[in-house]
Amino acid sequence: MLELVTPLIAPIVVLHVVIGIVTYVTLLERKFAARMQSRIGPYRVGYHGVLQPIADAVKLMMKEDVVPTAADKPVYNLAPIVFLVPCMFIFATLPFAPGLGVADLNIGVLFFLAVSSMEIVGLFMAGWGSNNKYALLSAMRAVNQVISYDLPFVFSALIPVVLAGSLKLSDIAAAQSGLWFIFYPVIGQLAFIAFIVSTVAAENRAPFDILEAESELVAGFRVEYSGMKFALIQLGEYAHILGASFLGALLFLGAWSGPGPEWLGPIWFLIKAMLVFLLVTWVRWSFVRIRVDQILALSWKALLPATLLLLLATAVVVVWRANAGL
Amino acid sequence: MSAPTVTPKRVELDYTGSERLTMNMGPQHPSAHGVFRAVLTLEGETVIDVDSVIGYLHRCHEKLSETLTYAQYPSIASKTDYVAAMTSEFAYVRAAEVIGKFEVPKRAQYLRVITAELQRVASHLLWLGTWCMDMGGALGGGATIFLYCIRERELILDLFESLVGARLLYGFFQVGGVRYDIPSGWADSCRQTVDVIDQRISEYERMLENNPFFMARAQGVGVISRELAESVGISGPLLRGSGVAWDLRRADPYSSYEDFEFKVPVETAGDCFARYRVRMVEFRESLKIVRQALDKLPEGPISSRPGLKSVAQTRVPKGEAYVRVEGARGEVGCYLVADGSAKPYRMKWRGASFSNLAILPHIIPGHKVADIVAIMGSVDPVFGEVDR
Repeated sequence: MLELVTPLIAPIVVLHVVIGIVTYVTLLERKFAARMQSRIGPYRVGYHGVLQPIADAVKLMMKEDVVPTAADKPVYNLAPIVFLVPCMFIFATLPFAPGLGVADLNIGVLFFLAVSSMEIVGLFMAGWGSNNKYALLSAMRAVNQVISYDLPFVFSALIPVVLAGSLKLSDIAAAQSGLWFIFYPVIGQLAFIAFIVSTVAAENRAPFDILEAESELVAGFRVEYSGMKFALIQLGEYAHILGASFLGALLFLGAWSGPGPEWLGPIWFLIKAMLVFLLVTWVRWSFVRIRVDQILALSWKALLPATLLLLLATAVVVVWRANAGL
Repeated sequence: MSAPTVTPKRVELDYTGSERLTMNMGPQHPSAHGVFRAVLTLEGETVIDVDSVIGYLHRCHEKLSETLTYAQYPSIASKTDYVAAMTSEFAYVRAAEVIGKFEVPKRAQYLRVITAELQRVASHLLWLGTWCMDMGGALGGGATIFLYCIRERELILDLFESLVGARLLYGFFQVGGVRYDIPSGWADSCRQTVDVIDQRISEYERMLENNPFFMARAQGVGVISRELAESVGISGPLLRGSGVAWDLRRADPYSSYEDFEFKVPVETAGDCFARYRVRMVEFRESLKIVRQALDKLPEGPISSRPGLKSVAQTRVPKGEAYVRVEGARGEVGCYLVADGSAKPYRMKWRGASFSNLAILPHIIPGHKVADIVAIMGSVDPVFGEVDR
């Protein structure tokens, strides 16, 4: 009986937990950014602003849903859903502790990478369907950027795969019970840096947020969205960031390994994911945005060759160690 | 000498069948703040033509001046360039003083220098913050540096508040001197503020210049050649960023500027980064002038004219004069025609931002959309002064 019920219940539980965490991650980011900028941040709603995300969500639900007259309505209305669904799918293969997850696929990493790059379809639909010049420019930038940064993202994520010898996420986590991959000499640190840079770019976060670019393109692809549709886009964006933070913690920071009893595992995992998230946030609030041609040059001329070479080097090291019997 | 005429730049990209996109940047746009509109012609991301539309903030300043007395108008003059309000007041009262040949006591001259230089620092702080915000985004690193700059600008506004009672538009200058003397303890708190800002500016320099993304956005972008700079009529940090050592405080000293030691920073590259460097050095030079003026501040009256009992008390004899001062954005000029009454017959502003804005069609074409905001920011226009 239990075997039948679990697959039905687990996705619902995970989905709700993820949405809950995503909501509160926004508060964490706002508080963190406020500290960096010598401000206080949300403070009024609840104790130290703990109810702020709920107030925001209620506000967004109450807002009028404006559809521009000239918009391509089916595309415009569908885009937020098409954007959100892959962002939620990425949690499907994440194990939160040994045996705790929706589906621990044999090709977990591959599934994650494939699904997370599908959000571009939603982005482009939003930019095209809005029938707005800012949104169109933003959609063109989105396609450019996501294509350029998915490759280094994949290559840097494959380095832990090579080190662990498996595409299954729980196997990769288990392989780090001795030594976290970030502490793997030279390769680990370089791969982590490449992973963070390409994650920030693939997530369209500042300094790579040229799609949103509010000083040039107002709000980019979501300039025409309001109310709940805007909230869905925002939710998808933060879900993607959160998913990538979990992936980073799993691939490089040993997932749920940590001191204390075993049931603390998910907590350790969450803390590590939050650390990755804060690292990305720190980058976001310290750099100015770079230009679209500079972003593409950085990917194709520096990051892509570097990650490719690093992947080759990792493979050579792994084979050499296996032959030497280490 | 007649200046050579230059025609705005047009870029033609040599691929056929391309579609051009006309896009409005502003007036409802986060970088245009509702007061400026740039009609862009784009090919892909590249700007091939730009047409600037101004006039959204026109408030009949020059006509208004004909209805206000010499005692009233300085407070309104503040509103032309509201980011550097002291400078416009300065130009207006000096014009009246030149026509009427009114003396200005040494102490008043020094107080004018102190406030004008503090105002330059406050204005440059706002420029640095908003420029970085335009480049870095309100939801990114730009907002961080913006808030830091605003925090320091706040210190200067506090000083002005304790001196004048107002934080943005002052009415501190009056014909023949200044309206208020410094309160007790003001000089010490001013010295402290100057030291704090001096130190923080070094922090910003480190934060920005060690940041490769900032350098990539600022260097080599929006280059104004020396010839172009001289022929278009730009002034202030833009002109000095293009290799012309021209600063009215040095070239045509007024209000005892010859008593102080300061450098006139000049950069030759002419790009956004050169203009940034010029302003960063100006920060320090202005703070240096404030320190010297506080040290040498003479005793004596703060105005050569009796205290104001009625608004029509100040009468300026018949005559006309064009007077210019070095504002934060360049040459702020005031052309005043007096007819012997308590009100000017005619007044004309020469706004530094207005003339500087004329450079945009020469340098923007050929750049990417993202560079427009970087170039606009480095030109540092204040639209109150453009439209008046």
